[in-house]
Amino acid sequence: MRATTADRTRVPDIPAAALLCAAWLVPGAGHLWLRRTQKGVVFLVVLPLMFAVGLALQGRIFPFQLSQPLVALAALADLGIGAIYLLAWVMGWGAGTAVAPTYEYGNTFLIVAGLLNLLVVLDAYDIAVGRK
Amino acid sequence: MVSHVAVLALFALLVSVVFAVLQRDEPAQQLRLGALLFAGFVGTGVVLGWLMLVFPIGS
Repeated sequence: MRATTADRTRVPDIPAAALLCAAWLVPGAGHLWLRRTQKGVVFLVVLPLMFAVGLALQGRIFPFQLSQPLVALAALADLGIGAIYLLAWVMGWGAGTAVAPTYEYGNTFLIVAGLLNLLVVLDAYDIAVGRK
Repeated sequence: MVSHVAVLALFALLVSVVFAVLQRDEPAQQLRLGALLFAGFVGTGVVLGWLMLVFPIGS
C-alpha cells in the first residue's frame, strides 16, 4: 500500500539523541526510523558503498593525531560514517598505500562518505523536529 | 589498472545520488537534480583537466 502525503508528513515521536545516534551509526537509519523509506534505503546502500570503494582504492582511514591538524580533521570526517568506521578500525582495514596511484582518490571517497553521512544525520534531525 | 575517468564518474554518481535524494522528495525531481549534478561534476572535471593540460603546474 502506498503511503499518503499525510502519512509521510507525520513524524514519529522519537527522542532526538536516539535518532542522532542511530542516524550516525548506520547511514540511513534515521530516515528509515522516520518512515522516509526510499531515502533511508538509498543512503543505506550508497554511503557504505562509497566507503567500501574508498577502501578498495587503497585509501587510508586516518588516525586521530592532534599533532597533525589536517590528519585529525580527516579522521573526524572518516568517523562521520559511523559504525562502519569502527568496524574498519577493529578489522584493521584502511591502512592505506601511499604509493598507490589511487591512494588520494581512496582518501577522497572515505572522507566524503563520512561528511555526506553527517549531512544525512542533520537532514534526519531536521525532519524529526519538523523543519522539513 | 584503474581508469581515472571511471573513478571520477563513480564519485560524481555517488555524490549526485546522495545530494539529489537529500534535496528533493519526489523521484522524478530527484532524477532530474541527480542528472544535473552528475553532468556538472563530470563536465567540470573534464574542463579542469583540459585547463591543466594548457596551463601545466610548474611550467
